[in-house]
Amino acid sequence: MKKLLFALSAASAMVLVAASAQAQDKFKACFVYVGSHTDGGYSEGHDHGRQFLEKELGDKVQTSFVENVAEADSERTFERLAREGCNIVFGTSFGFMDPELKVAKRFPKVLFEHATGFKTADNMATYNARFYEGRYIQGQIAAKMSKAGLAGYIVSFPIPEVIMGINSFILGAQSINPDFKVKIVWVRSWFDPGKEADAAKALFDQGADIVAQHTDSPAPLQIAQERGLHGFGQASDMISFAPKAQYTAIVDNWGPYYVERVKAAMDGTWKSQQSWEGLKEKILVMAPYTNLPDDVKKMAEETEAKIVGGWNPFTGPVSKQDGSPWLKDGEVSDDGTLLGMNFYVKGIDDAIPNN
Amino acid sequence: MRLELVKRPQRSMLFSALSPFIAFVLTAAAGAIMFALLGYNPVKALGTYISPLTEVWQLHELAIKAAPLILIAVGLSVCYRANIWNIGAEGQFIIGGVVGSIVPVLYPTYESWLLLPLMMVMGMIGGAAYASIPALLKVRFNTNEILTSLMLVYIAENVLDWLVRGPWRDPNGYNFPQTAQFNDYAILPAIASSSGRAHIGFIFALVAAVLMWFLMKRMLKGFEVRVMGASPRAGRFAGFSHGKMVFFAFMVSGALTGLAGISEVSGTINQLQPVISPGYGFTAIIVAFLGRLNPLGIVAAGLVLALTYLGGEAVQTALGLSDKVARVFQGMLLFFVLGCDTLIHYRIRLIGAKAEPAAAQPAARLEEAH
Amino acid sequence: MEILVAILLTVATAATPLLIAAIGELVVERSGVLNLGVEGMIIMGAVSGFIAGYVTGSPWLGLLAAIVVGALFSLLFGFMVLTLATNQVATGLSLTLLGLGLSGMIGAKFVGVPGPKLSNLYIPGLTDLPVVGRLVFGQDPVVYLSIALTFGVGWFLFRTRTGLTLRAIGDSHGSAHALGISVVGYRYLAVMFGGACSGLAGGYLSLVYTPQWTENMSAGRGWIALALVVFASWRPWRVLGGAYIFGAVWIGQLHAQAFGIPVPGQVLAAAPYAATILVLVLISRNKRLTMMNTPASLGQPFVPDR
Repeated sequence: MKKLLFALSAASAMVLVAASAQAQDKFKACFVYVGSHTDGGYSEGHDHGRQFLEKELGDKVQTSFVENVAEADSERTFERLAREGCNIVFGTSFGFMDPELKVAKRFPKVLFEHATGFKTADNMATYNARFYEGRYIQGQIAAKMSKAGLAGYIVSFPIPEVIMGINSFILGAQSINPDFKVKIVWVRSWFDPGKEADAAKALFDQGADIVAQHTDSPAPLQIAQERGLHGFGQASDMISFAPKAQYTAIVDNWGPYYVERVKAAMDGTWKSQQSWEGLKEKILVMAPYTNLPDDVKKMAEETEAKIVGGWNPFTGPVSKQDGSPWLKDGEVSDDGTLLGMNFYVKGIDDAIPNN
Repeated sequence: MRLELVKRPQRSMLFSALSPFIAFVLTAAAGAIMFALLGYNPVKALGTYISPLTEVWQLHELAIKAAPLILIAVGLSVCYRANIWNIGAEGQFIIGGVVGSIVPVLYPTYESWLLLPLMMVMGMIGGAAYASIPALLKVRFNTNEILTSLMLVYIAENVLDWLVRGPWRDPNGYNFPQTAQFNDYAILPAIASSSGRAHIGFIFALVAAVLMWFLMKRMLKGFEVRVMGASPRAGRFAGFSHGKMVFFAFMVSGALTGLAGISEVSGTINQLQPVISPGYGFTAIIVAFLGRLNPLGIVAAGLVLALTYLGGEAVQTALGLSDKVARVFQGMLLFFVLGCDTLIHYRIRLIGAKAEPAAAQPAARLEEAH
Repeated sequence: MEILVAILLTVATAATPLLIAAIGELVVERSGVLNLGVEGMIIMGAVSGFIAGYVTGSPWLGLLAAIVVGALFSLLFGFMVLTLATNQVATGLSLTLLGLGLSGMIGAKFVGVPGPKLSNLYIPGLTDLPVVGRLVFGQDPVVYLSIALTFGVGWFLFRTRTGLTLRAIGDSHGSAHALGISVVGYRYLAVMFGGACSGLAGGYLSLVYTPQWTENMSAGRGWIALALVVFASWRPWRVLGGAYIFGAVWIGQLHAQAFGIPVPGQVLAAAPYAATILVLVLISRNKRLTMMNTPASLGQPFVPDR
């Protein structure tokens, strides 16, 4: 027994030594997830990015992650990562903003990146994806394909990111069919397969034949598949859940951004910035257009190319919901308005919930 | 063959002292097996698990994490000693945080040294008031307080959710569901800011534990609590009122829990968010038991539970284990602790095929809840 | 009319997991034991049901696995509170914690793969009838099972001698023991029945409701089921009614939203719990009602003196 114990501790000591030796010459990139790295949605998307980073940079980088970090309890997690020798830390949820900023101020030598927030520091950058670009394409597809002229839209909480998506979707749809309508249901959760499925059923029962979603589970698509109707995937390609129902999906593709930023950090060119990239930079990509006739597919590809070429879906003329003008002909919305968006555009017969 | 419990004539002092350690050893052993099954070196993994104890900054974090657990559990221990089952501390924590935040949220520019004491008192009042609901329902309508206090948790969660998404939302926060950050006068000061971020909420917890220990051990009120807990009938003969005891226990525990809530909001989060507690109110129930309902034991238990959280993070970053490991670890620890506690009140014996001798002593029916 | 039928169909799906888990917990509580581990048992049922269904390709085997695992998992709780006489509240909470952790570990490899789905009943001729066809003859099999379960438990508790004994144990374990009834034995069976039901409810989530496995997919349904038992004042048929009311409120507000009617989200989310407190007050204020409805020994540990 004693021998065994000795052998174990000797072995562990060797592992420890080996690990610390490795840690010294590798650049360390660390990630904080609000959900589980196998949640099949948002956090898993970031973890794919982390794995991509490891694959691309191989031996030069070492990564680690902490998952299911409660936002109110996250300051310690960032502190731990800063102290444990992480060179760059990615906080991947909006709610990490203030805690991450506090830690960033205490650890000026460590670089921080925060997804979807709006506060920065010399050593803290923000990054986000222009998901609304993909939603515009979805809106166009919906207007082309819907027989009812009506789509359902399942949403979580009325934050600007979500409002922006709804607006972009309806603008896309109206560009094809000016009378297109959308019914909006708030399920008050980012992830609850049961609730999302119920919402999809309610929307289909009320006559929608296409469902879009700003929640993370593939449940609405499964319902669409069951009923022979259609929808769009969210955060990842959900085609395996609904091979006959998914037209396309907005796929989060954080990997290239992570590679770019870690490389910049390694060669000393990293700068604090507010990155908000889109289809052009491939931070989001559209899943293959499927279950669509060729002309609709072609239209979607053309719109995608147009956006990649620099066109913004929020280009005037656009009126607000009450008919008052927002963007003049040819005018493009500034990013600030989009990031703080709390109004619907014309064509949505609903009110933004105020809680 | 089966197990049978034989009530000890009195609490076993031996097992009172030993049972937490037996539980720890069993947990460590089971944890080692689990790590081995997952393909990790158990010695190294366990070592990493307790590594937070080796660094000063992590000790600060331990104090931050333990403070709310200790404060809540100390309050709960009074309830449980009195055989009153408040399991809604999570809700009282939230309401304490909300009520304590009224002034800094509605008057964000109010800067005064009075602000913090005011917030703490309001937090305690909020927690106590919310805890008085199940107390009132129990005394007035004879409802089961386990169920009402649990239901009130979910109502409190929705109150907070509504506030931070609606009326209390930061006007400059891009519609994100949180209040504005508090000003410096509304933030609890750090204990030793040079070495870490622990705030004086931890001192509150220690003071509360000592005071409550004194109250329970040395004061008539403590005696009353214990008598009422052991036998309400005997308590009535002694002239104690059961109704008053219910209120006393709930409000003491609610006030301490409310203090924990506002301390966490003020000292750690610095604003209100839709979720301000990662389940402290429920974890504290376990802490109360792990500390054997003794306020000083609870201090140790709170630190141990805090360590399981921190250790869980350490194994994630150092070894790449999933956070589920930490949860399973906590679950096992709790089961072993609860199981070992049985040894304090009972002897366990195996009843085999052979006939047993006549019972040594008829045991009184167990009225005690622990 | 068409939309009403559609709504009712959806309500049935939303209500069924709540109903099954609550019926199980009702039997447990009727025996005088409070198991707060429902959420943990549901999630264990969901993960094991999904894995078994995915591996075998049969949703029926999946449901069976969910039931078995739910019952086995509850046995852990049973051993603690019945044999070792530990505190029921703390043990139940620990069970939930353990279940949420374990299920995540076990299921990690099965996230993001679609599983088999139990299909709805289809009886040629009958299911095609207008209005009643789909409602009465076109649901998924578990919906019928859940109603049969309600009927069976109602009959068992109030019409059989064993059921009477079980309720007597829940009302006064001391007296029942004095009459020579094996309190612990009955309670073991009740706890396992509760575990099996919670497991089935979990399997329903991952094999029928939304055929997939993801962590925490029970999303708090265990707590609603606990509220439901109390809301129904420990009566099986009222559990059925309550589950359908809870389901109808939830589905109804989704439809209201889709019609463009704003709904107060938090108020609706809190409503089941507020309603439960109200019901509890109503039945508790009256001694006779309490005696008739509430298991008096609920939550109290019991150790047989020999």
